[in-house]
Amino acid sequence: MSDLLPLAILLTSLGVAPVILALPDHWSRLRTALNLGAATIKVALVAWLSMAVASGADFGVGIAIAPGLSLELQADALSVLFLALSSVLWLLTTIYAVGYLEGGTDRSRFFGFFSLCVASTVGIAMAGNLFTFLVFFELLTLATWPLVVHRGSAEAHRAGRIYLIYTLGGGLALTLGTIWLYALAGDVPFTPRGVLGDLPETHRASVTAIFVLLIAGVGVKAALVPLHGWLPVSMVAPAPVSALLHAVAVVKSGAYGIMRIVYDVYGVDTVQALGLALPLAALAALTILWGSIRALRQDDLKKRLAYSTVSQVSYITLGVALISPLAAIGGLAHLIHQGIMKITLFLAAGNFAEARGVKTVSAMDGMGRLMPGTTLAFTIGALGMIGIPPLAGFVSKWYLGAGGLDVGQPAVIALLAGSSLLNAAYFLPILQRAWFRPPPEDVVPKRGIGWMLVAPPAVTAALVVAAGLLANAPFSPLGWTRFIVSLEYL
Amino acid sequence: MTEASLIVSLPLLAAVVTAASARVARPVGLIATAANAALAILLARRVLAEGAQVTHLGGWEAPLGIAFETDGLAAVMILMAAIVGVAVAVQASDDRTPRSATDPGAFWPLWLATLGAMNALFLSADLFNLYVTFEILGLAAVGLTALTGTRRALRAAFDYLSAGLAGSLLLLLGVALAYAAAGQVDLSVVPALTESAQGRISLALIFAGLAVKAALFPLHFWMPAAHSSAAPVASALLSALVVKAAIYVALRLSLDGGIGAEPLRVAMAAAGAGAMLWGSWHALRADRLKLLVAHSTVAQVGLISLALGVAPGAADSTLWHAAVLLMLSHAFAKAAMFLAVGRIAEELGHDRISGLNREELRPGAAEFAFAVAAVSLIGLPPTAGFVGKWVLIEGLIDRDAWIWVALVFAGTVLSAAYLSRVVSRCLRGGPHVAPGARRPQWRAGDVAALGLAVSALLLGLGSALPFALLEITVT
Repeated sequence: MSDLLPLAILLTSLGVAPVILALPDHWSRLRTALNLGAATIKVALVAWLSMAVASGADFGVGIAIAPGLSLELQADALSVLFLALSSVLWLLTTIYAVGYLEGGTDRSRFFGFFSLCVASTVGIAMAGNLFTFLVFFELLTLATWPLVVHRGSAEAHRAGRIYLIYTLGGGLALTLGTIWLYALAGDVPFTPRGVLGDLPETHRASVTAIFVLLIAGVGVKAALVPLHGWLPVSMVAPAPVSALLHAVAVVKSGAYGIMRIVYDVYGVDTVQALGLALPLAALAALTILWGSIRALRQDDLKKRLAYSTVSQVSYITLGVALISPLAAIGGLAHLIHQGIMKITLFLAAGNFAEARGVKTVSAMDGMGRLMPGTTLAFTIGALGMIGIPPLAGFVSKWYLGAGGLDVGQPAVIALLAGSSLLNAAYFLPILQRAWFRPPPEDVVPKRGIGWMLVAPPAVTAALVVAAGLLANAPFSPLGWTRFIVSLEYL
Repeated sequence: MTEASLIVSLPLLAAVVTAASARVARPVGLIATAANAALAILLARRVLAEGAQVTHLGGWEAPLGIAFETDGLAAVMILMAAIVGVAVAVQASDDRTPRSATDPGAFWPLWLATLGAMNALFLSADLFNLYVTFEILGLAAVGLTALTGTRRALRAAFDYLSAGLAGSLLLLLGVALAYAAAGQVDLSVVPALTESAQGRISLALIFAGLAVKAALFPLHFWMPAAHSSAAPVASALLSALVVKAAIYVALRLSLDGGIGAEPLRVAMAAAGAGAMLWGSWHALRADRLKLLVAHSTVAQVGLISLALGVAPGAADSTLWHAAVLLMLSHAFAKAAMFLAVGRIAEELGHDRISGLNREELRPGAAEFAFAVAAVSLIGLPPTAGFVGKWVLIEGLIDRDAWIWVALVFAGTVLSAAYLSRVVSRCLRGGPHVAPGARRPQWRAGDVAALGLAVSALLLGLGSALPFALLEITVT
């Protein structure tokens, strides 16, 4: 029975997606009930699963597709990390989206694909082998496209086209790499410390090429420079979709893919033996700096946040690529930390736009006085990103820095310091405008926004504080990542 | 009588009945199609349980009599035709479909004759039988093309007839030469044919005939016009099934050792690659939906032909499985696509791609079916098209055939490009769609298209079944 738990978690969103798609648009009550019901059940099931995994249970269920090819769902500690993030944030984002899209068009299509997106993310989190990962990774691309173009404008369609070109291109690289690896090594189950350790030396070149293909494939979604171009463009999508792209599903799937490939396909020892760790870390460092530098110049609030994501997601990659347990803890914890911080920022930015029509940094004057609650949430998210103690971002950066010293790379400290300075340089002016400048004379009159828009960023802001303050509690993101890292590095 | 003889005689008998009385054509046609599907399932189950079946008609053994051989491959193909047939029959039976498209006096007998001929073709174990069933199939298919009776359709049907006759002539010549060379036409003589010059010429003629009938580049000239001007139900049958019959025979011959010669295999793969590029290019530029879908068939036939060309026959156990899976995937997805296009054109009154957006009322279900079918044709997971491409590429990588890998990927990129042209327009809400605007009612045709599209999707997850069946051969 409990072997079916991963399947049940997948079906909570995969099962409701077609039903929602088929509902007439004006049946909003039933649609909302289905959405929230499924999201709540999913959180409960994931909580159950986490308890079971923490006490050492194993879950696995699969079907054979072809000789040597099978779809496998499993749940290990790393899956739970991503599952917890996506299921909790899905619930909050759904509440937000219901409020945000009230009275809009094509809502059944929107929420149907929204569910499909989360189903794919959950499938990615619980993929038991590289093939299954690939299947859900591609499904995520397809399910997200209608959401990116949801507004239907020419600009949205342009963004959608760019999104599709990047992600399908990445998907091709990932597909080629995966098939090649299967041709060399047979089935590639995700196994702690990797499965390629004992591949003969003659395959060294192929295995290196495959690594490049796989990382390039997932690197598109993880927005690694120079594969990040789609992310800032996609900010034309509605706010809940931005939350999905930046925090819940898409970039996170890319980062999660990098973890799985480095840890559970190749294994840290093999990655290091092939000499691939340092280039990956260098690419992550470049992305961290480049994203921040580009963020400085954006006046469009969501675009600034988007470039900030480019930069921040690469902390995760950096933590993985440094091949040090301490850095790994920082990187893995940042998967959660960046998620809750960035969703807070995007939902708050959505509220600024909805309530006051504020979409640019230069229009933020006096927002602290006009919308104190939302601005406070935004502030917590921003300070967390900069890495002010005791917020969540500080914890990630602390461990990343310690990991850098651990492997004898003090340059990491310089990188973190530089990046934090840049973070401050693009976030503090926003906060300064919001809190210390008076509202403009011709301020746009407030449009009422309901609790469904106000509550989610408040909750996630509280999580940002809690993840930092209670970092040492056993079920905190940090506590859980320590548990994972003990499995990968022992 | 066994399932094998029933599954040939029942549709042919029903064809005669429906031709005789237009009044009962629809119910008889539907019942016969459903019964055929049930028989196909029974046959596949028997093959799975008991292994390949050999039926000697009238108790006469080869070489004098006619034998039907049901191995796993035949069972898979018969199932494929049966499932596509059910969906097409459902759309064709919808009362409100324009009269001209499915005049029961014409559609049902033609469809049932097509079905019976195809079943016989899949079961045939000798060259002459293959030729005869091809003739029945070809004539019924020309009838299907001409069904709407429009000028364009009639001209396309005439071109199709001419091309089909040329193909048949080549085929007949090849079979006659093979008979002269080997003294019998049983498929077991095929390996011997590759050894003599005369035999090799006969095989080359047969393959040339098949290439015409399969619309393999550069002999595809007749096909886009025929498939794009026929009624949607007819296009679905022509594109999804009739073209497959020729590919099937090519596969059957190659499994029996018929394309042992390297040049022939390379030619097939190269023609396939050419078809992928040529068909995709034209699909990218097509202005009408049906034309785009028809050109996509040229490209997809190319992919299958490439898979056949690089698979070195029965000795290699997996690569030709990829070709079969791609055939199945294409059959389901392309039939779904033509049925969906039929519904879209019916609702909008046209099938111009540029006019797909900004409509007040849009056939949402049909557009969704089109999109799902597109996912299969591109070969994205978890569809059957994806599994087929996976097996193909893994096999190609295994033998370091990187040029073919690159070509398959190029074909994939192109198919994503031309199909997203359509799907992206379907996503355009535009300001004209009022909230809660009335959408067209669901119709039987929508269900048929969506059902087939979803089958193509789910077949990827259930690929274990066709793979298990394909392992079963006559020993």
